[in-house]
Amino acid sequence: MRGVVKRTWRPLLAAVLAVAVMGAGPVRAQDDAQHDAVVARGAYMAVAADCAACHTASGGAPFAGGLAFNLPTGTLYAPNITPDRQTGIGQYSEAEFRRALRRGIRRDGATLYPAMPYPSYARLTDEDVHALYVYFMDGVKPVAHRVVQDGMSWPMSMRWPLAIWRTLYAPDPGDVRRDMDRRTFADPLVARGSYLVEGPGHCGACHTPRALTMQEKALTAADGPLYLSGGDAVDGWRPVSLRGENRTGLGRWNEHDIVRFLATGRMPLGAAFGGMTDAIGHGTQHMTDEDRLAIARYLKTLSPAATPVAQGWTYDPTATDALRAGNVSARGARSYVDRCAACHRTDGRGYPTTFPPLAGNPVVMDPRPDSLIRIVLEGNVLRATRQAPSAFVMPGFAAGMDDAAVADTVTFIRAAWGNDAPGVTTADVGRIRRTLSPEHPPASLPMN
Amino acid sequence: MSDDARRLKPVDVVIVGGGWAGSIMAKEMTEAGRSVVMLERGPDRSTASEGAYPASIDELEANFRYKLFQDLSKNTVTIRNNSQQTALPYRRMAAFLPGEGVGGAGLHWSGVHFRIPPDDLRMRSRVIEKYGARFIPEGMNLQDYGVTYEELEPFFDRAEKVFGTSGEPYMINGKVVGKGNVFSPSRSDHFPLPALKDVYTAHLFRKAAEEAGFHPYSLPAANASRQYVNPYGAQMGPCNFCGYCSGYACYMYSKASPNVNILPVLRQHPLFDLRAGCHVLKVELDADGRRATGVTYTDPDGKVVTQPAELVILTAFQFHNVRLMLLSGIGRPYDPVRNEGVVGRNFVYQNVTTSNVWLDRGIETNQYIGAGGGGVAFDDFNSENFDHGPLGFVGGSPVWVNQAGVRAIAAAHSGGPPGTPRWGSAWKAGMIDTYRHSLRIDAHGSNMAYRDVYLDLDPTWKDAYGQPLLRMTFDWKDNDIRMNRYVVDKIGDVAKAMGARRVNLTKREFGRPFDTRQYQTTHLGGGAVMGSDPGTSALNRYLQSWDVHNVFVIGANAFPQGTGYNPTGMVAALAYWAAHHIRTTYLAHPGPLAG
Repeated sequence: MRGVVKRTWRPLLAAVLAVAVMGAGPVRAQDDAQHDAVVARGAYMAVAADCAACHTASGGAPFAGGLAFNLPTGTLYAPNITPDRQTGIGQYSEAEFRRALRRGIRRDGATLYPAMPYPSYARLTDEDVHALYVYFMDGVKPVAHRVVQDGMSWPMSMRWPLAIWRTLYAPDPGDVRRDMDRRTFADPLVARGSYLVEGPGHCGACHTPRALTMQEKALTAADGPLYLSGGDAVDGWRPVSLRGENRTGLGRWNEHDIVRFLATGRMPLGAAFGGMTDAIGHGTQHMTDEDRLAIARYLKTLSPAATPVAQGWTYDPTATDALRAGNVSARGARSYVDRCAACHRTDGRGYPTTFPPLAGNPVVMDPRPDSLIRIVLEGNVLRATRQAPSAFVMPGFAAGMDDAAVADTVTFIRAAWGNDAPGVTTADVGRIRRTLSPEHPPASLPMN
Repeated sequence: MSDDARRLKPVDVVIVGGGWAGSIMAKEMTEAGRSVVMLERGPDRSTASEGAYPASIDELEANFRYKLFQDLSKNTVTIRNNSQQTALPYRRMAAFLPGEGVGGAGLHWSGVHFRIPPDDLRMRSRVIEKYGARFIPEGMNLQDYGVTYEELEPFFDRAEKVFGTSGEPYMINGKVVGKGNVFSPSRSDHFPLPALKDVYTAHLFRKAAEEAGFHPYSLPAANASRQYVNPYGAQMGPCNFCGYCSGYACYMYSKASPNVNILPVLRQHPLFDLRAGCHVLKVELDADGRRATGVTYTDPDGKVVTQPAELVILTAFQFHNVRLMLLSGIGRPYDPVRNEGVVGRNFVYQNVTTSNVWLDRGIETNQYIGAGGGGVAFDDFNSENFDHGPLGFVGGSPVWVNQAGVRAIAAAHSGGPPGTPRWGSAWKAGMIDTYRHSLRIDAHGSNMAYRDVYLDLDPTWKDAYGQPLLRMTFDWKDNDIRMNRYVVDKIGDVAKAMGARRVNLTKREFGRPFDTRQYQTTHLGGGAVMGSDPGTSALNRYLQSWDVHNVFVIGANAFPQGTGYNPTGMVAALAYWAAHHIRTTYLAHPGPLAG
């Protein structure tokens, strides 16, 4: 495959160089600079839209596709979106590219699976779509890599029902544009944040609940309080609410916390895990500070979703006092002390930003305990980012703890320190354990 | 061999050994914009693998099967007590434990992180000033380092900030600021983290040492007392006193290591190339032997390859650096008969004995708790802090309780007080009493350099690659035994002040030879020492070879004689010191930095 890459790339490069040399001159140089600026903007938008999260396979060439989505209906593979003419999107015109991005229609007219977040990308501005197109055509290396779609079984392998779904649930880009124009923001930073979150960032794809028919129940803040109120399981992780709930949302995170989280995956109240690790790794850590601040400021405008509003979390030292007095009579307390407290401490406050707190952590108090159970079973890797080069590994306890022990421990964590979240059952743990990936520990461990 | 070797693409700098010194030099050279290849003969290592809890705290695997240590079946040293004997290979780990793999000894160390006493840097001058030249015993090669504490201070400071060292200062910029070691020199800044808390035995020792009239202080420890972010942006977790430091990768990320504190940043650097599983055979020199052209090594597939480089930095363990110089013909080998030549000269060890104190049975000493670098020490009998005149010996020893965590097998292994049976119910009772109610106090003394203690290439034994093993000729000398016995008596005074029920003072005995079968310490030093006289040192004061100017040799090999302190802090400071002069002078004007 490498050879193929070289054969297709070299003549193109030669042609580009030839054009550059022939066209050398003051005017040409200015055009080149403008073109480079558009490519750079497109590259940045590809980061903001986190294209790599799906279209770059681990260890694979950028955007050459191949990442597998394990959906209940079968396995879907992300396509090659490099400008390779045979196996990528090299033959797409800009209009075709725009239609695929905003409307989910492939060059051949077939409808894309909504794993491609075109209901969100419908909001991309013309300038950004243009920049993305120029970037993917001129700034991305073409890679010949044929991604074969054979993982979906009938009837989900048929594309035509997707078109019906699209017509019913995907927004019309024209309507979207009118909606966007109608909404006004006093703070231009909030406006920018709304664009990034609702559009390219497609945060709702994970963090907004979906209907039975799989469409997101809300696509923007204007659609009401279900927007970003916490999503359904993605690869076994339950995305939390990004709204203002005190206990289970971002109610106690300030702007600075969110900015720090998006840059480094860690801040005093929590650390990234699950799918957010990739979103930070490919996406938000590479954004500008201003854009991260825009996202933070916008998220802080979202009202709490839950009604009636639960009482705000305050630290309750009862469990801490008991543990410090050597009292481990509470359900799961002994196991917590033996296995968790070294890092998360008997007071549940952890050692942020190295080991995150469990006291008052929205993930811990989430009505659905799935993520917490999973993290205890499977462990987690807090990956390095540019601003935070150290990675940290939490060990998984699947091999050393049975379902009852995990249930007890998770119940203790959910009850202690004012968390006051309901306990979990052995059956809850069994359900999660059955979904664990056999690939454990993860293939790539951090080297520190 | 080298002629057939495949030649790789040249780089600016090749670094031999992936421990503290190598990682520091690699970081500094990449910061200077140079391309760096770091060769490490052992495997790549990380907290995520070697430190994966709970498998990581397997005492049998770590401390008795030597998971993180050198593979002696491929390469070791031969040892003898004097030049009349025939040396034999060190086949089983015992007296000292050299590391192997990325992180080197910096991954398995305890974490005690000292600066050096200023007097130790000019030991020869200081002894002559105080007691006259005739005070130096016959056959002792006492020397100065050729560098002063004031020159090194910024680099000690730098190393502490990178390591996230916990400690209590005494004096900053000439002003007394804290309850640190009253004998320690002035600092330019605080430790980056406050001292670790005293474990109970250290607390008792502190009180007793004060009562006995000494000046106790908290050991400076590269075991983080809090979570910490170092100047490179690398993060550490806080130490939880679990006691699994020495011999282990710290699962809390709280013990400083190259792996945790430097390599996360270095690994991301485009100019840095780490190659594990690569065993360096020799440094290649040009035709007249004045300039290094690169190194030849065996790659993980066993192929012999040559890596050309402009600058060669040896940062392997102390004796491997010396051996590589001898194998490569860098510097004149030491001749003990004529006391001439420099490579292999002034090989030194550390003079450590551990005494035991049993307290009342109502006092639990909780020896399972510990931090590798934590504890309380006093320096009243270290360095030149006391008058050696009437005592008639050179050198000294700090005294400390450094409760690093006594683990289950180790506790069973050491059993009860002397005289306790090694089996049966009496053994069990003695072992339990000792584990629950005793503590250990170390005299961590210096070992001086002597004319007939040295390193050379063994005429008989070869390693797995067909190269001669390094031969150690080492024994304890009366000067050092007298020093040890004098200081250990002071431990008796402290034990009395502690209200000891029983005391077992361990002293070095005259005439009892160095015994390789018992663990002593891994703090080996010298053999390729720094100095200002090419006749008595292999390296100039910038740790540059006097003979081959583009070879720098960083490590405890540079110590002209032993000190009472653990070596890592000094090695790290010397690495930053050498790197500073390479960056500010050598890179622009390659050539001898001193002469």
